[in-house]
Amino acid sequence: MDPDLIRIFGGLFLALLAATLGGQLLRWQFSRGGGPAVIERLNARIRGWWVMIVLLAITFMLGKGAVVWLFAFASFSALREFLTLTRRSRADHSALVASFFVVLPIQYIAVWRDWYGFYAIFIPVYAFLGLPILSVIRARIDHYLTRVAQTQWVLMIAVFCMSHVPALLVLRIPGYEDRSLMLIVFLLIVVQSGDLLQFVWDRLLGRREIAPEVSRSKTWEGFAGGVLSASLIGAALYWITPFTPLQAWGMALVIAGMGIFGRLVMSAIKRERGVKEWGHLIEGQGGVLDRLDSVVFAAPVFFHLTRFFWQSMPG
Amino acid sequence: MTTARDAGKAGGILRRIAARITGLAIALFARFITSPRVYYAAPPHPDRQTVYFANHRSNADTVLIWTVLGAATRAHTRPVAAADYWLKSPLRKFVGLDVFNVIPIERLRENRTENPVEKMLAALETGASLIIFPEGRRNESEAPLLEMRPGIYHLGQARPELEFVPVWIENLNGVLPRGSIIPVPLLCTLTFGAALRVEPGESRDAFMARARAALLTLAPEEVRDGS
Repeated sequence: MDPDLIRIFGGLFLALLAATLGGQLLRWQFSRGGGPAVIERLNARIRGWWVMIVLLAITFMLGKGAVVWLFAFASFSALREFLTLTRRSRADHSALVASFFVVLPIQYIAVWRDWYGFYAIFIPVYAFLGLPILSVIRARIDHYLTRVAQTQWVLMIAVFCMSHVPALLVLRIPGYEDRSLMLIVFLLIVVQSGDLLQFVWDRLLGRREIAPEVSRSKTWEGFAGGVLSASLIGAALYWITPFTPLQAWGMALVIAGMGIFGRLVMSAIKRERGVKEWGHLIEGQGGVLDRLDSVVFAAPVFFHLTRFFWQSMPG
Repeated sequence: MTTARDAGKAGGILRRIAARITGLAIALFARFITSPRVYYAAPPHPDRQTVYFANHRSNADTVLIWTVLGAATRAHTRPVAAADYWLKSPLRKFVGLDVFNVIPIERLRENRTENPVEKMLAALETGASLIIFPEGRRNESEAPLLEMRPGIYHLGQARPELEFVPVWIENLNGVLPRGSIIPVPLLCTLTFGAALRVEPGESRDAFMARARAALLTLAPEEVRDGS
């Protein structure tokens, strides 16, 4: 196993350990006056983080195949969560079955086999044209465009964008051949810490709201603080990437920004549908989409920038 | 608690093992597809003899309730189900009788040789709990709930100590609409309400109205309002 991977996960475990101790200390402090719900929520969230980090560590130890499976499962769960909230009619049944049991497996097989020319266009072209055909066959016209547009949008987010996380594994960067797992580590750490730090900066000096109708707690100050501090974390992690410190900083800036805006977009959908969380798969964290909404927005951009500037061109 | 399994029906030990494995596989598959979330409006008492009564929109309703009850409770819980469906082929018979241990009820009055209520009472006699869909058929209307049949009232009259727990199943209809074979994975929720009993001297209409209201309060607002 890559020693850098051990270092990174060692660091994450230490950070979580500190968070757990802090959370328990808070609970112990307040337990005399009846622990406030916010501390219970914090502790549940920390437990959720443990589960996810341990799961990731095990998956990374098992290798690339396991990582592809993990994200295929994440796509499956995200698709299940997302489609639960969309407008459906009985006529869509075959299109939905196809999304789960045909489109999703094909996309991940293509990623696994590194058929770049196929997986980059499969959902935007073939699924985009094919699924409306499946839905038109039983021809229920009520909200037809809404239904097919929603299905396509959900597929793009939950399957197409998500699959760009494991797709990082098959990039061929000269001098970086066996370390592509580290690109995923970089992506996840930068984007997730961007989420977290944005929350912290919002609380500290948030004033001007980005989209008051969507979220009262997302501000431009929080955005700037979150992106900048996450980009510093990214720069500090340059040694696990093929980038120089400056490049790593710039890349982190882009993906942290995509991540935070991605969260905002997904919050708008939740708000419109009147739900607080997408699902309930992870304790204290909601569904898969609640955790990976930012990653999903950052992954394709990170993938294509890295591919464009760092992958060696054949021939 | 003794299991309500009919000794004659259960057959050999191999058949019983096969039924056990099939049951676990079905429960696992149901969880994989619907990732069911269970809410309790009142603390559950899985050890008490209970009649679970639920809304019926999908063929898979029985399977989902059965799944979320958990292995210990479902060992002594028998779904009341349509005989013409479950006795049709050897495979369905195996799943229906050996795995789910259903109480098969003839839906058509003219085919009946036994009174359905008597059959259910006989099962209750052995200590079994029941799963029942009082609407009697699948609800394919826009209304949240069809007219409920008074079978449960007769059960409660015969056994006043019996508890009736309403269960609202949400979203399963989208998973497996009528006529489809492959389920679409969608999140489902099941809400278990507080237990009811038939009060001494309570009329049929009063109890049925109470049961209906108890079930409907568990439905999400937008469903209850019939939109």
